[in-house]
Amino acid sequence: MAANPLIPEAPARRRFVVGSAAAFGGLSIGLSLPFGDDAQAQPAAPEVNAWVVVRPDDTVVVRIARSEMGQGTLTGLAQLVAEELDCDWARVTTEYPTPGQNLARNRVWRNMSTGGSRGIRESQEYVRQGGAAARTMLVQAAARAWNVPAAECRVERGTITHTASGRSVTYGQVAAAAATMPVPENPPLRDPKDWKIAGKPLKRLDTAPKLDGSQIYGADLKLPGMLNAAIRACPVFGGKVAKFDAAKVDRMPGVRRVLQVGDDAVAVVADTWWQAKVALDALPIDWDGGANTKVSSETIAATLKAGLDAPEAYVGNRAGDVRAGLAGAAKRLEAVYGYPYQNHATMEPMNATVRWTPERCEVWTPTQNGEATLAAAAAASGLPIAKCEVYKLHLGGGFGRRGHQDWIPQAVTIARALPGTPVKLMWSREEDMTHGRYHPVTQAKLVGGLDASGRLTALHLRLSGQSILAGVAPQNLQDGRDPVVFQGLSPSGDGAFGYDVPNLLVDHAMRNPHVPPGFWRGVNHNQNAIYLECFMDELAHAAGVDPLEFRRRHMQKHPKHLAVLNAAAERAGWGKAAAPGVFRGLAQHMGFGSYTAAVAEVSVSKEGALKIHRIVAATDSGHAVNPQQIAAQVEGSFAYGLSACLYGECTVKDGRIEQENFNTYEVLRLADMPKVETIVMPSGGFWGGVGEPTIAVAAPAVLNAVFAATGRRVRQLPLRHADLKRA
Amino acid sequence: MPTLNVNGRDLEVQADPDTPLLWVLREQLGLTGTKYGCGIAQCGACTVHIDGAAVRSCVMPLAAMKPAQKITTIEGLSSGASHPVQKAWLALDVPQCGFCQSGMIMAAAALLKEKPRPTDAEIDDAMTNICRCGTYNRVRAAIHVAADGGTPKA
Repeated sequence: MAANPLIPEAPARRRFVVGSAAAFGGLSIGLSLPFGDDAQAQPAAPEVNAWVVVRPDDTVVVRIARSEMGQGTLTGLAQLVAEELDCDWARVTTEYPTPGQNLARNRVWRNMSTGGSRGIRESQEYVRQGGAAARTMLVQAAARAWNVPAAECRVERGTITHTASGRSVTYGQVAAAAATMPVPENPPLRDPKDWKIAGKPLKRLDTAPKLDGSQIYGADLKLPGMLNAAIRACPVFGGKVAKFDAAKVDRMPGVRRVLQVGDDAVAVVADTWWQAKVALDALPIDWDGGANTKVSSETIAATLKAGLDAPEAYVGNRAGDVRAGLAGAAKRLEAVYGYPYQNHATMEPMNATVRWTPERCEVWTPTQNGEATLAAAAAASGLPIAKCEVYKLHLGGGFGRRGHQDWIPQAVTIARALPGTPVKLMWSREEDMTHGRYHPVTQAKLVGGLDASGRLTALHLRLSGQSILAGVAPQNLQDGRDPVVFQGLSPSGDGAFGYDVPNLLVDHAMRNPHVPPGFWRGVNHNQNAIYLECFMDELAHAAGVDPLEFRRRHMQKHPKHLAVLNAAAERAGWGKAAAPGVFRGLAQHMGFGSYTAAVAEVSVSKEGALKIHRIVAATDSGHAVNPQQIAAQVEGSFAYGLSACLYGECTVKDGRIEQENFNTYEVLRLADMPKVETIVMPSGGFWGGVGEPTIAVAAPAVLNAVFAATGRRVRQLPLRHADLKRA
Repeated sequence: MPTLNVNGRDLEVQADPDTPLLWVLREQLGLTGTKYGCGIAQCGACTVHIDGAAVRSCVMPLAAMKPAQKITTIEGLSSGASHPVQKAWLALDVPQCGFCQSGMIMAAAALLKEKPRPTDAEIDDAMTNICRCGTYNRVRAAIHVAADGGTPKA
């Protein structure tokens, strides 16, 4: 981009290759984009293999297939490749290969989808093999040039040395030759205990351009001749455009086009986005909301409530005979909980820039799933997928929202109306709030039975509510059953139930309102952990046993669940006196392959004001690729989880979401944020996720602490509706 | 044509007088470091300095700006990210997605100008910007580091 005279050019101003390479696409694989002089000035270098490019100046470019949205995956994946490659970490940079290139090369970079805390755990093996294979090929190239056996060469930080003769060469000098070497199959990987780059608390690679405004997000993209679009879709999900009066606005300043997009939206295209928004606000639009206009939060709650006792339900986990177990219990306890709709509310609203011609469709967008974006773009473009391409841009927040693709067909449809002209579609915050892919709404009824000794002998956890899969991927239902609703409550797998209960039934009455559901950071673990962990607290109280001790008695067959719980409790000082007026609550949960536990310390004033002082969180993710980034993710997960716990709620009236902006959709701010002490305790032998798991324990730990402080059980989220005043 | 002083330069801008300063900066002047997050002064992603004070530019119409007022954006905060707040942010790896961080940094820089050694309570009051990634604790810690010059004590 041409230098902006309003941006001071410091002599020492560094160019950040990470930022520009990531923003401008995978240039070293032959793409040319219409801007980005800095990046284009980079000399083309051959790749050693799909994961590694070494430039003649010894810069190592690590290809990152997953999307970076703040979670640190870009840095973590680069560490894993660099570890096996034995390169100089100070010379590592990254770039995104494009989804179109992945398709053209038979998915050499495999899955680009970034969600479910899978970025590292599901690609660690093949990216490490990529680094290891590249190292082998680089060494072979040097050895061949010297005519010595490769085994006589060693590598230190990107320099290959022939030990006997003392000759040495850098990776950059042999990279071109290395690309022609035979590709080793299944190269051996280092034992994590020998890691020098992976496993270390290294700084992120992508920080610097976020400090001076130079990071280009999708919302910031500007292409030559680009126009801007604002859009409004029918506020009632499933509704349509009835009519609109374009003549009222088409002569407003900057307006170029007013058009219907699909059957449910209207867009204004203008010179600037602000002009487009002003005209759209002035545009008279009549909507046909259809049958869903009768739906409200109250009707949805009634539908779900009926599901709590419905005879038909899908089974998620069953042991023994829960009916007999409950019938024979010395003491029975019953409670009903509920969890509302929530919006992801990424700070950067949904956006995409598209240039469409009859020959080619190009999309620039922040996406968590570049390949799904490519497929969505192709479907909307009327072109074969080989004539479409997606350039992934750094995401201004994802949290699951950008795994959905609903804004892509809109953007492509608009660009098709203006062939050859790039058009950037950006949603307003109001559009973003009212057209989300919402955290699903559910209720739960729990019935527990204790024997005379206070042991939990029977538990029935009935979920009632929305299935995400039914909304977004019904083909993945299993005979109608959604296995994802049972996250954290399953008999085994990456979200396994952590208690020994001889008579257990977890089942789900599926009730799907018309509000579109989505994967929302933590997904169904969020409410499932509240239901189970708050009810375990209720049971402990009913049994007259300390909540930690009560859990321990039921966790003997779940040592990893227990280990994190014990670690968090010990660090927090469970069992020892807290500060005056401060009360503790705890929770444990397994999700996304990782074991987590938290202790919350809260106080509640006589007037009912809640203050969360401190969270102690323990995570066992098996391996820890970057402990510093894990700590950052855990801190962030508590901000997200506590935001949901305290404030998060989207309500439905007349078929539409009522909250339109942050004034009515409150989120956690700095003053509310507790101290977070993170215990990273990788026990080895497995790979768990990091971005999401600890969200699950945020809310139940706080809710249990609120009970300890007030004697009140908050069973309907968010907590702000609860009256915590004491007489 | 209205004149604005942005990052030390006087500029004529062509925009409707009702256009918020945010969109003048982003779409007329190409200064995209200042972000749109809500448009109603709730989130702070659009924070800039006007005569040194933090202002949410998304609700500041162009017509309300005076030529003598000095506007500073994230791009003009310092040369080479050398402001103590930027140095502290780098040292503590504060940003995650980073989208809110321009506004966070500008709000923090304005706070430190007014209160060189802010207490936690003063940070609570001044830093009302929204971050969905949850960088709040590092923001707080980095403000304290910035108050000491931007380099963490070993």
